[in-house]
Amino acid sequence: MSRFDGTATLSTEMAPPKKPPKKPPATAAGPGLFGARRRNKSRLVIAIILSVTSLGPLLYMLSLSFQPNGGLLGATVLIPTHPTVQNYVQAWTENSFSHYFLNSLIVAFATVVITVVFASLAAFAFARYQFPLKQTIFYFFLASLAVPNLLLLIPQFLLMDRLHLLDSLTGLVLLYVASNLPFTIFLLRGFFEAIPKEYEESFRLDGARTLRVLWGLIVPLALPAIAVVSMFIFSASWDEFPVALTMINSSQNYTLPVGLADFIGVHTVAWGPFFAASVIATVPVIVVFLISLRWFRSGVSLGAIR
Amino acid sequence: MSKMDRLEQHSASKAPVAVSGRSRRSLRARRIATPYLLLVPALVIYGVFTIYPIYRQFDISFYNWHIFPGVSDPFVGWSNYTAIFHDPVIRTAAFNSFLFIVITVPIQMAIGLFAAAVLTDHMPGSMFWRACIYIPVVTSWVVVSWVFSYIFASQGGVMNGLAGLFVGHTVSVDWTAQTWTANGVIWLLSIWKGVGWSFIIFLAALDGIPRQLVESARIDGANEFRVWRNVVLPSIRGAVTFVTVLLVIGAAQVFTQIFEITKGGPYNSTQSLMTYMYQQAFSNFAFGYAAALASLLAVILFGFSAAEIRILRQHDV
Repeated sequence: MSRFDGTATLSTEMAPPKKPPKKPPATAAGPGLFGARRRNKSRLVIAIILSVTSLGPLLYMLSLSFQPNGGLLGATVLIPTHPTVQNYVQAWTENSFSHYFLNSLIVAFATVVITVVFASLAAFAFARYQFPLKQTIFYFFLASLAVPNLLLLIPQFLLMDRLHLLDSLTGLVLLYVASNLPFTIFLLRGFFEAIPKEYEESFRLDGARTLRVLWGLIVPLALPAIAVVSMFIFSASWDEFPVALTMINSSQNYTLPVGLADFIGVHTVAWGPFFAASVIATVPVIVVFLISLRWFRSGVSLGAIR
Repeated sequence: MSKMDRLEQHSASKAPVAVSGRSRRSLRARRIATPYLLLVPALVIYGVFTIYPIYRQFDISFYNWHIFPGVSDPFVGWSNYTAIFHDPVIRTAAFNSFLFIVITVPIQMAIGLFAAAVLTDHMPGSMFWRACIYIPVVTSWVVVSWVFSYIFASQGGVMNGLAGLFVGHTVSVDWTAQTWTANGVIWLLSIWKGVGWSFIIFLAALDGIPRQLVESARIDGANEFRVWRNVVLPSIRGAVTFVTVLLVIGAAQVFTQIFEITKGGPYNSTQSLMTYMYQQAFSNFAFGYAAALASLLAVILFGFSAAEIRILRQHDV
């Protein structure tokens, strides 16, 4: 993956992009010290504005979750004057968000594992083998990327009904795997192709079988990419709402988004516990994202999308 | 194949070589079968839960389909489709979905590209800023929909509070209860949550441009604007296509924000195609009609994506 680290530096002199070109000619070869510093300063300002806008609503949510429920509506202070964890206690115990949390965790984890394993197998076939109908099958997978998944809600609902998988986490996982597979195969194929074939040949000379090559060599080498892809799949299935809303009926099988939506429908005024539960629902995806961050550069820029 | 058979027959006649001949054949069979075997698990899941439903959707759309057991589902031909064109709510929903796409997609892309250009590696703490900007992407739509609802609440919402500070008296605009302010909140939320995604893709694409290309253009005296127009943008055309196609597909299925913030109201005025389809299917149980709507939308979007990819490919050459 190292070849992609080398290209990391380029856009320094391109920024800021929409600035009118009113510089002395000296900057053409390399920005002068003053110019560079001033530019860095304005970039820092832009970075701060963008970050504050991005995190603002979430920090507000965090602050609300620690406000006592009574004086909640109309809270315009960011730091709660009388912070309390009562909302969390209430959400976690009385309102069974601990249960929804577990459901979400099971669903997201199972979806990641199954999708990554199945997609790795398929991507390996596409990246390393020549076989009849290869292109056709590949496009067959890609085709569904052009059709929104949600549009299949009705037939999927009927199918789940037929398979007796309505209102079950297993059914949910199967649907999530199916919807995540094409994109994952597409990305992993690109990553696998970028791995030099020579590694594999020496591995095979030692008599390794196909699956050993895949799990022992290709997957470890593509680990940064797989980590990033896993993060995408995890957050997508952790946050997924419409499909879960449609397929799950009983509250014991609610995932977090369905549980949250149901909670707000029932207790319209219990904002405190709601925002506490929202924080509980948000923290794991952010943690997973931050963990995956160290692979982000090498994984994402691997060029599968160029 | 015949050569292989002959080889096997040949070796079979000589007992000692027979084993090697058979194993060579099985080896070849295995080599042919391997890629297909690797594809089987993915194909099965994808076929059953994605491809079969696509077929089933078209199938249902020609029936007056109920899900209740024992009720007959008469075949009605194209009438579900013709009904779509006489449904006044469809017009509103299609218009809202269209507006949603043309407003949120370009703005997200513009901000994402701008942010990607500003937050380069040479910037101190660039990783930190990147993480901050991306975080909204991984949050749950249900959560942020209610956070925004709360910010724009009529009684005691932050927005009304801020507006009150400006005008000097209490403001109690019911943002999410009126068509256009509600649409505005939905757009704002969607842009806010979406920017990080195009940002990260554009960041990767900008990293991939050979540095010399930009520098030589600059040495030739090109100004920033021309560097961007003639060097940078053409180099990231692939990423632009990718982002446009996926954002449009995503925007066409806008659902949760609307479902949670306005439920499509007041009087269906903020309904999108997806929320209306959902309502028709799972509240009115008009499964056939909803399936026809979904099929029509799928065909339109598929055509759009194919056309867009083709157009942007042509420019590439």
